Amino acid sequence: MVKKRGIFGRIYILIICLLMYAPLFLLVVCSFNASKQRSIWGGFTLHWYTDMFRDEEVIRAVTTSLTLTTAAALTAAVIGTLVSLGMTTMKRRSKALVTITSNIPLLNADIVTGISIMLLFAHFLSLGYTSVYIAHVTLGLPYVILNVSPRIMGMDKNIYEAALDLGAGPLYAFRKVVLPEIFPGIAAGFFYAFTISMDDFVVTYFSKGPGMNTISTMLYQQLRRGINPEMYALSTLLFLAIILLLGIANRVSMSGKEVTGT
Amino acid sequence: MKRTGMILLAVFAAVCICSCTSSEKQNNEKSLIVFNYGDYIDRDVLEQFEEETGIKVEYEEYITPEDMYTKYKSGVISYDVICTSDYMIEKMIKEGEVKALDWDKMKYGDNLDPVYMDFCGHFDPGNRHASPYMFGTVGILYNTDEVEEEVKSWGILWDQKYKKDIIMENSMRDAFLVPLKWEGHSLNTKDHKILKKAQQLLINQKPLVAAYLVDESRDTMIAGDASLAVVYSGDATEAMEASDNLDYAVPEEGTNIWFDCWFIPESSKHADEARQFIDFMNREDIASRNFNYIWYGTPNKAVYDSLDEETRQDPTIFPNEEVLKRCEVYTYLGEETERYYSRLWKELKAY
Amino acid sequence: MKRSYLSGPYLVWAAAFILLPLAMVIYYGCTDESGHFTLANIAAMKDWVHYRAFTSSLILAFLATLICLLIAYPLAWFLSQHFRNSSSFVVMLFILPMWINFLLRVLALQVILSKSGMLNALLRFLGFPALRLMYTKAAILIGMVYDYIPFMILPIYNALTKIDESVVEAAMDLGADKKTVFRRIIFPLSLPGVISGIIMVFIPNISEFAVADILGGSKILLFGNVIEQEFNVSSNWNLGSGLSVVLMLFVFASMAIMNRKDSKEEGGGVPLW
Repeated sequence: MVKKRGIFGRIYILIICLLMYAPLFLLVVCSFNASKQRSIWGGFTLHWYTDMFRDEEVIRAVTTSLTLTTAAALTAAVIGTLVSLGMTTMKRRSKALVTITSNIPLLNADIVTGISIMLLFAHFLSLGYTSVYIAHVTLGLPYVILNVSPRIMGMDKNIYEAALDLGAGPLYAFRKVVLPEIFPGIAAGFFYAFTISMDDFVVTYFSKGPGMNTISTMLYQQLRRGINPEMYALSTLLFLAIILLLGIANRVSMSGKEVTGT
Repeated sequence: MKRTGMILLAVFAAVCICSCTSSEKQNNEKSLIVFNYGDYIDRDVLEQFEEETGIKVEYEEYITPEDMYTKYKSGVISYDVICTSDYMIEKMIKEGEVKALDWDKMKYGDNLDPVYMDFCGHFDPGNRHASPYMFGTVGILYNTDEVEEEVKSWGILWDQKYKKDIIMENSMRDAFLVPLKWEGHSLNTKDHKILKKAQQLLINQKPLVAAYLVDESRDTMIAGDASLAVVYSGDATEAMEASDNLDYAVPEEGTNIWFDCWFIPESSKHADEARQFIDFMNREDIASRNFNYIWYGTPNKAVYDSLDEETRQDPTIFPNEEVLKRCEVYTYLGEETERYYSRLWKELKAY
Repeated sequence: MKRSYLSGPYLVWAAAFILLPLAMVIYYGCTDESGHFTLANIAAMKDWVHYRAFTSSLILAFLATLICLLIAYPLAWFLSQHFRNSSSFVVMLFILPMWINFLLRVLALQVILSKSGMLNALLRFLGFPALRLMYTKAAILIGMVYDYIPFMILPIYNALTKIDESVVEAAMDLGADKKTVFRRIIFPLSLPGVISGIIMVFIPNISEFAVADILGGSKILLFGNVIEQEFNVSSNWNLGSGLSVVLMLFVFASMAIMNRKDSKEEGGGVPLW
């Protein structure tokens, strides 16, 4: 009885995963298609890959995307962790304030977030990398806070106090006692912030300056006139990275049993 | 306390570094911000311009003239050169947003064909502001396997036979042009009654329409996902190149001929360099490379003369005189009519 | 100890880049082109075009959320049974596809759903008649579900893995059958996850516009389209902002209701992951 349900469950998981990954796999297939049309198979080719590495525009967009996303996710992780630590000694009301403000970008339509940043910069500063960076940090912050603060709340404060009593400096105690405890939360927060900003189009579209493109805004421009197959090659490489990371995650969670999450 | 201060400092240092590196670039003296339709130029041309003149080009793209107008009007970025379509140029000229072009200081202005310059005169009297870049018509691209009759009238787009196989233009004026011309009206009518009637026709047509698309219609037609599509001539050329069973027709009732032109907006801080750029675009070898990249009609006579006979005779790229006679240029309708138009368009989409 | 100073950077950030921009949206929404105060942009909701777009968005977002829930709950359950101790792997499995930008993923769906697409090829191969899915509401719905389902799976999965197995065992020992255990223990304990899943799927979908454009062929006007068009096409920033304010109010109001119900169940707020 139990075994039967096990099989059914596994099949269900497998089907959903197949459905989730099938469209991505399709992009991989497209990247080897010699024809520029998605609907026509023009033979096997690798030249979209070589083209891609030679295409300055693509390389620039990819570097922009990666640096921007990493920088934004890192900043969000730092600021978010700090505020989560700060929240522990806050009064109820100010705690609620932090929670509410951090939820705003999460709950607001992306379009409103993007537009609001655009209006702000249009009035006081100028649009460019900075505005996109700021917008992305704002997008990522709630995810960091949501991942880190439950871990801090759930921590036994006495351990930290004990470390202090035994003569550790606050920073040393933080590094040795608190950080290891909350690090999985920070890592998860960083990971989500990174993912959200990789996936974002709308906010970037509204907050970006001239002459700069991320992968997503470049795609949007191509969408109308026909996607450059180099983009399929690019997503194939990303797909490979994903598979690689999945493999690692699987290894780690199989052997170590516990890394992130509880 | 000290340590928290340190951390605070570190964060803001990081923010500052990021903002500095980005603002550094923008202060370069000799640089141009060019704003153009998506994928509407041979990129190598920009590089050559940079090499020859030492002026750095920051190239930015948009999808529709309305997108462009919004971004321009927000005043966030001071664009130096913009390429956009006829009616939008007229609107911006009327708003005093366009600098006059000093043709005397431009070497290659004579390359432009007077026939097309006259057309441009409709929206830019005396050709004082805009330098035409590309032109084309709006017509019907159809699949010869599915559509056996001759495509002569816009009325075919209301034929029940092609239910869910019709693609319309997803831009306000190009969509309204179809019923307006079918009914024999001018494209530039401001008569609310006529416009309302046109909207009703489009509403009646909506159940037959598969989708409202812009440039995607080309790939959709190549894939065979629809039988009839209202497209720009350039897209038709490309689609016919890729698939043998596609053909293009300009209906007898007439259509729109549109022009995309370069101009220097009021926001420009580098007008001299901007003029240099526009002149560069009119140079024969440059215009020829752009023509070979985009395949829309070029108003550049020098380029036209150098083409082979077959290309010159291609009715999709260069409409013959008889078709040209039936073509009308869009003009700016004024704020009031424009608002009425947007309203009708929005209602059509909401139905 | 003055640990609250650690919140400094965040508070500055929130004030400058969350609250101030929001205030600007509200300012634009409550003024006309010449900067005078007006409520016309908010009252514009009464316009049948906006009203209708809003209801279509609401219905589609609701359906998408419902479908996500129906697919995701059993999935999360099975995952929590088979992958109880490898949560990082499960999270990665469903989040990593998002590294490929959603525009590309939607495009891939287009290749599958279009008239000459893969799905129809498969159907024809199996002897079924071809479907016309592309450019319909169904296509939009598929796109929405596909894009957002990870946000439903993960919180439910998280909530389910946190359930203490001894509680379930205790209930079994006391004679509860499987149905009762599910109804009285498992489902109530997973409810916070379900609620955050619903929020995470429903809210982005109610303002969706890109999916509707690409998979719906711009034939269906959604509320997100209206706002986007006001900014990008009609360049009426005031109206666009006014409608954004309405959307914001709606979202916050429904959130408040959700949260109240939730806090009755169990003291805390909504755990997202």
